[in-house]
Amino acid sequence: MSDLLRNIIRFIFFILAQVYLLNQLHLHQYIIPYIYYLFILWLPFSISRLGLLFLGFITGLTLDFFSMQIGIHAAACTLVAYMRPFVINILAPKDSSEFNYREPSPRAMGWTPYLVYVLILTIFHHVYMTFLQWLQFGSFMDFLIKVISTTGISMLLIITVELLFPRRMKFRTNTA
Amino acid sequence: MRNVFLFIRRYFTFLAFVAVQAVALWFLFTYNKFHRAKGLGWANEITGRINSRYKNVDDFFHLKAENQRLHRMNDSLLNLLPTNFLQRDTSAKTVQDTIPYDTLGNYRRYIWRDAKVVYNTVNSQKNYIQLNRGSNQGIRDNMAVINSDGSAVGVVVNVSPNFSQVMSLLHVQSKRSVTMKRSGSLGTVEWDGKNPLFLTLVDIPKSDSIAKGDTVMTSVNSSFPPGFVVGTIDEVILDKSTNFYVLRVRTAANFFNLQQVHVIENAQYEEQAKLQEDTRKKIDQRAN
Repeated sequence: MSDLLRNIIRFIFFILAQVYLLNQLHLHQYIIPYIYYLFILWLPFSISRLGLLFLGFITGLTLDFFSMQIGIHAAACTLVAYMRPFVINILAPKDSSEFNYREPSPRAMGWTPYLVYVLILTIFHHVYMTFLQWLQFGSFMDFLIKVISTTGISMLLIITVELLFPRRMKFRTNTA
Repeated sequence: MRNVFLFIRRYFTFLAFVAVQAVALWFLFTYNKFHRAKGLGWANEITGRINSRYKNVDDFFHLKAENQRLHRMNDSLLNLLPTNFLQRDTSAKTVQDTIPYDTLGNYRRYIWRDAKVVYNTVNSQKNYIQLNRGSNQGIRDNMAVINSDGSAVGVVVNVSPNFSQVMSLLHVQSKRSVTMKRSGSLGTVEWDGKNPLFLTLVDIPKSDSIAKGDTVMTSVNSSFPPGFVVGTIDEVILDKSTNFYVLRVRTAANFFNLQQVHVIENAQYEEQAKLQEDTRKKIDQRAN
């Protein structure tokens, strides 16, 4: 399967899962699971930074149209897309010979760097999104609790997804 | 000049990021003024279509609860049938039909339309409900929405040709005028953005005697027809600093599984709104 097709399927899957599964789930007012931005985190290493920004904006906007709060996910998702290359640069192995996989995954980066990568971007996403919500309504304590609990549940969800669906990645060789 | 171009080329990604952020934030903060824009209309059409596909499947799993609600509603309507009552005078008979003015001189005030919920959330601070009826079917802004068991749900805020968006009572900007069934005093019902089972009722004076379990109903001066249940008092919080109660109201509608709803048009809404506006203008003029 080509990268393009794979990512289109992923996009549809993540948006549908977020809209019809996670947004319908009511655990607690502070605990809202988010997973859709994993689409951005799973995009190939080779994608250009501008393309990444654009895809982030489109992903966020699509979700916004479903949840009728235009702009809020788009803003947060663009931030994630903008920060992604920086975080990868910090966490990537120094010698490029180890950098042989197409996209970020526990197998490509190792569990610890991968989880740090996901955690940093998750925190960016939730802090920014909750901040935008807080500007319009709510108190500071709500903001703090919401950021922490939402980050926790999202991390839990992402780790579960990684364990349940290990992506079988093709090893990138010189011959290909 | 060359340096400017160099600067732009060097920081192009960052500038693109700032531009995209600006667009997103502009969408976010101008949404209320912007919501009639064409772009949102077609987005609403597309999400509406996808949502109604999904809802066709999802509805199947809530049929039982929906049936019970309908049955209760039918029961209450059957109780109102004229055949339930002995009539002393058989010559007087009220006939209501769909034309706005009937032969007895009654104006029709409320027109009911049925609609189906295609998407609904409760976990956001701003919950909207999407319905499968739009401006082509006669839905307009400010129409009231009532659940199939006769409990208040929300008010239409945006319509596209075939779908409409309803601001749920579970929306932090929602403020609806309600009345206490027992005393008749008017209050305002709001939501604090936290628990979707409870609303907050304010502006009820402390001279009222309020007990747990009292019914809160829709009032005359809102787009809702009067006398529909909003909820029941769950907790009385005494606010010592004012002369008004703060009341916690348990919602009558179950927002977790809305399915079939009624959209209610107030045929006199525009006249009322115009009168209110005119009065305000008149008084302002006199003051100057």
